[in-house]
Order: sequence, then C-alpha cells, then structure tokens
Amino acid sequence: MPLLFRTLFKTRGEALAFGGFLLLLLVVLPLALPVFRLNLVGKYLTFGFVAIGLVLLWGRCGILSLGQGVFFGLGGYCMAMFLKLEASDPVTTAIQSTPGIPDFMDWNQITKLPMYWEPFKSLPFTIFAIFVVPAVIAFIIGWALFRRRVGGVYFAIITQSIALIFSLGIDGNQGYTGGRNGITDLRTLCGWDIRSENAQYILYFLCVVLLFTVALGAKYIINTRLGRVLVAIRDREDRVRFSGYDVAMIRAFIFAFAAMLSGIGGALFVLQVGFMSPSIVGIIPSIEMVIFTAVGGRLSVLGAILGCLIVNFGKTTFSEAYPDLWLYLMGGTFIAVVMFFPNGLAGLLEKIPTSKGKYAALFARFKKTTPVVTTKTTPISDEN
Amino acid sequence: MGEYTSEELQSIFIMQGFSGLSLFSVLLLMGLGLALIFGQMGVINMAHGEFMALGAYTVYFCSHLTETYAPTFGPYYFVAAIGLAFVVCAALGALVEWLMIRHLYHRPLDTLLATWGLSLILQQSYRSIFGAREVTPTLPEWLMGSYNVKEGLDIPINGMFVLGLSIVVTIALITFMYRSAFGLRLRATVQNRKMSAAVGINTGKVDRLAFALGCGIAGIAGAAFTTIGSTGPDSGSRYIVDAFLVVVSGGTASLLGCLASAFGIAQAQSILEFFLEGTKGKVATLLVIVIALMIRPQGLFPSKVRGN
Repeated sequence: MPLLFRTLFKTRGEALAFGGFLLLLLVVLPLALPVFRLNLVGKYLTFGFVAIGLVLLWGRCGILSLGQGVFFGLGGYCMAMFLKLEASDPVTTAIQSTPGIPDFMDWNQITKLPMYWEPFKSLPFTIFAIFVVPAVIAFIIGWALFRRRVGGVYFAIITQSIALIFSLGIDGNQGYTGGRNGITDLRTLCGWDIRSENAQYILYFLCVVLLFTVALGAKYIINTRLGRVLVAIRDREDRVRFSGYDVAMIRAFIFAFAAMLSGIGGALFVLQVGFMSPSIVGIIPSIEMVIFTAVGGRLSVLGAILGCLIVNFGKTTFSEAYPDLWLYLMGGTFIAVVMFFPNGLAGLLEKIPTSKGKYAALFARFKKTTPVVTTKTTPISDEN
Repeated sequence: MGEYTSEELQSIFIMQGFSGLSLFSVLLLMGLGLALIFGQMGVINMAHGEFMALGAYTVYFCSHLTETYAPTFGPYYFVAAIGLAFVVCAALGALVEWLMIRHLYHRPLDTLLATWGLSLILQQSYRSIFGAREVTPTLPEWLMGSYNVKEGLDIPINGMFVLGLSIVVTIALITFMYRSAFGLRLRATVQNRKMSAAVGINTGKVDRLAFALGCGIAGIAGAAFTTIGSTGPDSGSRYIVDAFLVVVSGGTASLLGCLASAFGIAQAQSILEFFLEGTKGKVATLLVIVIALMIRPQGLFPSKVRGN
C-alpha cells in the first residue's frame, strides 16, 4: 500500500491537495449547494473525464485532439439511446402511429426501429458500448494516423474535421438520431426516475467517485513507466522510436484511453442532464474541452478538473449576466493562458510555495521555450 | 438519380458545377492564405475565417460609405473595396503576428489555440460593431444578373467575377513567390531557416510579411464572398474546416495542391448537395477527404523539402 501511495503521489502536498479536493466535492458542496446547483457541478465534472484524458493525451504525450467532443458524444448517445428506448415503451407512446419507437422516429415517418438501435435495449450492452465504442473508433483513427507518423497540427485539424462530420451527420439524420434537437425527454433508468432530487444526489456522488477513480488511474499511468514514455514521445519522438518502442501503438493506445474516458463522461452527462444533442459534440464544445484543460493545467490531473469547474462556473455566471463580454473574456483568458501560463492554474499553484517572491521566474518563461510542450512538429515527412 | 433525363442531368451538372466554382474560388483564396502561413511557419491560423469576415465587413462598410456620401461612385467602389479589404486584413495580420504569433513560434499547437482565442474575440467584436444579423453590401449593377446560355442554363455573373478574381490573385501570388526578391527570401526561409538567417535574411521580418500576406488574401476572399452570400459574425468559421482540409489534402504548402484540392472539394460538395438533401453532401465529401487523409496523409502534392 505505501508503495502504491508513493507511486500515485510524489509529494505529501499532492496527496493533501487530492484529499482536500475530494472532501470539497463529496462533503462541502453537497451540504452548501441546493440540488439544482449541485446538478450543475455534476454536469461540469463530466467534462472532467474529457479533461483528464486530455492531460494524458495532450499534456503528457503532446497530441492535441480537437475532436474529444466526438467521443464524449458517442458515450452520451449510447446512454441516451438506452434511456430513450426505455422512455418509449408501447404504452406511453400509444398515440404514435407506430407505438414503441422513439418519438422523433415517428415524426420522421420511420415505422421500424433501426437495427443498430436494437442492442441498446439491454443495459449491460449499453454499458459495454459506452466503454468500447469510443475507444475502438479512436483506436482506428489513431492507429491509421500515427502509423503514418501524422502528428502535431495535422492531427489537430483532422480530429477537428471529424468533430464537424460527426455533428453534421447527427444533425442531418433526424429520423435516426433525433437531429438538431437531440435525444430528449429521458426519464428513467431501469424504472428509476433520474429526474428526482434523490436520484440527482446519487448520480452526483457516482460522478465524483468515478471521476476520482479515473483521476487516480491517470495519475498511476503518469507516474509509472508508461507515463515517462509518453513524455519522452512528446519531447523526443525519434529517440523513443530508436530505442525500440512502438510509438504509434503507444499513441494510439493513449488516444483510445482518452476517448474511453470521454465516453464515460458523456454517459454521465446524459444521466445528469437528461438529454443529448449535437450541440455538445461539435467543433466548439470540443475546443472548449481543450480550454478547460489548458486553463486548469495541461500537465496536472487535478488541475484539469479544477479548470472544468472554474471555466464552466465562469461561463454560467458571466454569460447570464454579461453575454456580450463573456466571449471576449474567454478568448482573452485563453490567449493569456496559452502565452503566459502554459501550465495553467496548476502550474501557478505549484510555483507559489517554492519560489517565494520569485515572480520573475514566472515571466521569464514567456520568451524562452518552456519545458512544457512542444514537440517540434514533424510535418509529415516522406523520408522513407 | 433515376428520375432525371440525361439532358437534365447535364444541365444540373453544369449549373451545380458553376455554383461549385464560386465555392471553389472562396476556398482557394482561403486555402492559399492558410497554406502560405502554414508552409512558412508551420502555424495554423484558426482565426483565418475571421480575417475573411473582416474583409467582407470592409466591403460592406465601403458600400455603406459610398451610398451615404458618394452615390455616383457606386458602380466603381467595389474594386477599391477589394484593395482596402486586403490592406485592412494584412495590417491586422501583421499586428497579430507581432503581438502573438512570434512569441509562440516554437509551440505550433499553442498557436492554434491562441489564434482560436483571437477568433472568439474577433467574432464577438463583429457582433458588437455590425450586429448579429447578416449584412449584404449593395453590389454594383454590373455584378448582378446572369448570362443565359440556353434554355434552363443560366450562368451567374457574380460567380464568374469571383472566379476571375481568384485566378488573378493566384497568378499574382505565384509571380510574387517565384519572381520577386521577397518571394526568394520566403522560399529560402521555408527550405532552411537557419541557413537563410546565416546569409543575412531577416527571417522574423519574412515571417511577419508572410503572415500579413496570408491574412490579406483571406481579406480578398471575404470581399469575393460578399458577392455570393451575406456576411454574419460567424461566416468565416463556416468555411474554416473546409479551408483547413484544402490545405492539408493539397499537400504541405503546395500551391498547386491547394488549387487541385480546392477544386475537388468545392465541386464534390456542390454537386452532391443537389442530389443528397441537407448537409449530407457536405458530410459525404468531408468523410471521403478524412478517410483519404488517413490513407495518404501527405496529401496530393507532398513537398519534397526536408524538415528543419
């Protein structure tokens, strides 16, 4: 046990921060906030799953994916399909021309449940799909691209295009996916009303517990050999390759892992919010998820979760009060974070105790190449 | 496609082909600017669409000024407005490069994110200045109407104008790249930055000019865009993914590849859009490109220049 503990947390401060944060989410917030607000926090935390994936993928391995919303959406849609099928039993939908199929299918003159909807009548299959579908799709995409040594900016653009294709595809096939409105009006999970106050508390705790399990898992990966190989790939890809590691496989694996985490987040999102729509999977939400991670700290698991909470909280508060200013603020914050604090909030917090008064160091990183990123992008070369 | 006669099909293909040419022109101009910047600095400018919108708004602003103060100038303002769109966007581009891009030069992924932040700010400022509604400049008479070739086949004049404009810009850019001293310095920097610096080329200055030029061309794209559609704060972002794909699938920084892939993407989209309802044509086109890129990531015309 102490060994595992030391693998997970390098310093006592780290462990304390982790415990304190868990305490805040599990005890303080549920006591302090009304259930409506707590549900919002739970919704923000589902983005934390994506952010943790991005810490591994982008912060540690140097792969920027602008399509994480796709995997969030895949997990979410799997969950939503199950819930929708449960919500549209023949009795409730008796007024439809074809009872027993989801309402949006009926509106689009579809008379039979499409074949790929059938398996989602079963909860075990749905849970299996939430884990496997995003991971497999990500692995195929990642394997195809990384094997051909595509990385850096190219990968970002291609994943962004995939996000556009996915959201347009859902949007355009209203009869099969619910179209722009998405899959709405989800009520029960195996007969359990997910909209009741009680259920919202339970789902919130489920979300927090899962999130911290995932966070510990991510920390484990970071602090073991795989984590060091990831950083090595980020900083000096060719040397890792020459040392005999299968770089493409490791990258594809970590991409698939991050996608799986996003899928879990998506499923929990649907459970807590009660709908799924293409507006949560497209280009803009996908980039926003990168923003959460960047603001919180692309190298830190805890920082990424914090980033999700802070940015989303800011978004809700500001965009209600000053909708015009919000985009300026968000754009400005993003530029500032990327230019001046590439390690985000977590990077700032780590600085404080060690460098008393040495704020100069903070500004010095601005011009020099920081240790944090950046893989020299190797544009696709045709050396072979 | 069974319900169309071959005569009709032919007309459909020609008509959609011509409307595809307008899209081609916009994508080409967007892609040229992006490719220039990408080839030069390995940087993708996510705010490129907003530069395009700025060009379009510049034309709108000119049209507004002309209508209010000098109505007699109406038929001619458009040509001046194109030039002004170029200048305004290039100036903003140079400023952005100076303030932002040059500091992030070693971190291309971060440039992508920072320019996205910029695009948010620009979009919101268009919304504050020009309003959220889409605007259209008053086009001069000579751009309106269409040329009737035969029954059931009309070719819009504005489309032809946009096509002509993009051809002129492309030729000018190629001449500039291969026949001017600056073009020589630019190509030298792309091939070997350190050596170029060693022989006395101010690579920082070349970067700034290349970025400004790329943004300026986006401005011209915006000006061209006003003749075929109305401009809103998010007009630019609608074309940005297509423009990225044009650059990527054309091959790194290859002007010829840019031309070919812009043509292919635009034509495929506009012809498929006729036969498939809604966004399906666009989805199909994008899907084919992405799959093609997974199989052949170097694009149509890969550059033969070695990295660094």
